[in-house]
Amino acid sequence: MQFTSAHLRQILGAIAEEIERQKDHLSALDRELGDGDHGVTMSIGWQAVMKALRDVPETADCAAICQTVGMAFLNAVGSSVGPLYATAFLRAGAAVKGVDPLSAQDLLNFWTAFVGGIIERGKAKVGEKTMVDTWQPALDALRKAYEEGKDVAECFRLAAAAGKEGMLATASMVSAKGRSSRLGNRSVGHQDPGATSAYIILSTFSDQLQNLFGPQGGIG
Amino acid sequence: MKKLINQPDNVVDEMIEGYAAAYPGYVKVLPSNNRAVVRSFEVRPGKVGIVIGGGSGHEPTFMGLIGKGMVDGVPVGNIFAAPPPNPILEVTKAVNTGGGVLYMYGNYMGDCMNFDMAAELAAMEGIRVETVRVTDDVASAPEPADRRGIAGGFFVYKTAGAAAERGYSLDEVVRVARKANDAVRTMGVALSPCYIPQTGKPSFVLGEDEMEIGLGIHGEPGVERGKIRTADETVDVLLDRILSDLPLARGDRVAVLVNGLGSTTLMEMYIMFRRVKAHLDELGVNIHRSYVGSYVTSMEMGGCSLSLMKLDDELAEMIDAPADTPTFVQA
Repeated sequence: MQFTSAHLRQILGAIAEEIERQKDHLSALDRELGDGDHGVTMSIGWQAVMKALRDVPETADCAAICQTVGMAFLNAVGSSVGPLYATAFLRAGAAVKGVDPLSAQDLLNFWTAFVGGIIERGKAKVGEKTMVDTWQPALDALRKAYEEGKDVAECFRLAAAAGKEGMLATASMVSAKGRSSRLGNRSVGHQDPGATSAYIILSTFSDQLQNLFGPQGGIG
Repeated sequence: MKKLINQPDNVVDEMIEGYAAAYPGYVKVLPSNNRAVVRSFEVRPGKVGIVIGGGSGHEPTFMGLIGKGMVDGVPVGNIFAAPPPNPILEVTKAVNTGGGVLYMYGNYMGDCMNFDMAAELAAMEGIRVETVRVTDDVASAPEPADRRGIAGGFFVYKTAGAAAERGYSLDEVVRVARKANDAVRTMGVALSPCYIPQTGKPSFVLGEDEMEIGLGIHGEPGVERGKIRTADETVDVLLDRILSDLPLARGDRVAVLVNGLGSTTLMEMYIMFRRVKAHLDELGVNIHRSYVGSYVTSMEMGGCSLSLMKLDDELAEMIDAPADTPTFVQA
């Protein structure tokens, strides 16, 4: 079993649904640290992604889908998450250009480029109370699991678990990036909304992979 | 939440439609992008294009400042969210008359990333773009370069707009804008929250008898929360913070902006200004020109901010220059 563009579409749809379900929660987290609209912003972005994907032909490969997702998200939301996730999807698409379906190695390349794009654009590091606190440990765990030769579904399960730990850890951090950084020590005690929506994307991807390829994996 | 709106998701688009319909002699929406608002009148060819922008919810800033002697175009973002690169690029192309374009906006991560991406795209189309980020909010960070931009941006846009109108080159307009930004400091105080239309929730919660000093213009929590004080005491707190950051000597000249955040009345703002004047008189600081009103708001947030810009002859000249926009006229 290999990872096709149809799988990618299905997962993107599941992410959009989960963001929609949790948008009030994300906005509530943001009211503690920022301007209270993170759920609204993510919802606007993912709804625009779903709308744009309806016009993408069935034959489009993963790279073309990623290009559409990145630009649709960017031009719907602007904000700071717009450029961050747009860069992530554009870099991820470029990493799998001309490849369809994706192998296990391609999926690793995809996520390496995705997270690399976020870090390059936002220049945040682990510990600054941002989405990077979810993405970086997730990517580290993913690489390690790949090196240990685990099956793909298990690799992503471990990545999601590491991302969750990173997300939860943001509650005890002092914000160093974005609008919430003005809070200083008052930001402590609140989980970062950007790290939380990152975990929604990550965990939905992982959950869908478990469903698609089973506990035994088998991709690639 | 009580607001006179239709669908919460449509507030920005419908606001732009209404604004453009109300002031066709000043602004138009570009057919290529319904979030790209530009001047509808002609300017001298080669005039530096002044582009400011940011999220919605700060009206009359930003698009209310499009007009003669001020701003040429504004990309409009969602509520409190930076505009994406597309409308920024469309505005840039529309207002460039060969002299290049200056971007000015508050120093927020989202604005920086989206405007930088647009600047790269504009460069690929052969348009020279320079950027000046507004960093007037004293409460937002100790280092001036890390600070956010709030109401003091009005002074930066005003001086740069006047310099462009005078026929200054892009490099010269940039120099004036940087000098203006370096000379402006703002401190704000909030009494009551604003409500994001899509969530209907207050942006923060303050007790009936509480105020918050240093609160951000999007409702970002401030630096100090306490019992509400009188207007005079509040001005003194704001002014002390500003003066500790922008030392003023006897004989210095300043421009003053007492800015309402949305629901605060002019009555309160005049009472605040009265104390500002008395306090500066004591210090021997001359108020060269003053502005009192709601220039940069956060929807219906209650509270106000105080901005001071220390003037040299050039900045004073630019501040005094005439301007004519739908929401700001100075003869």
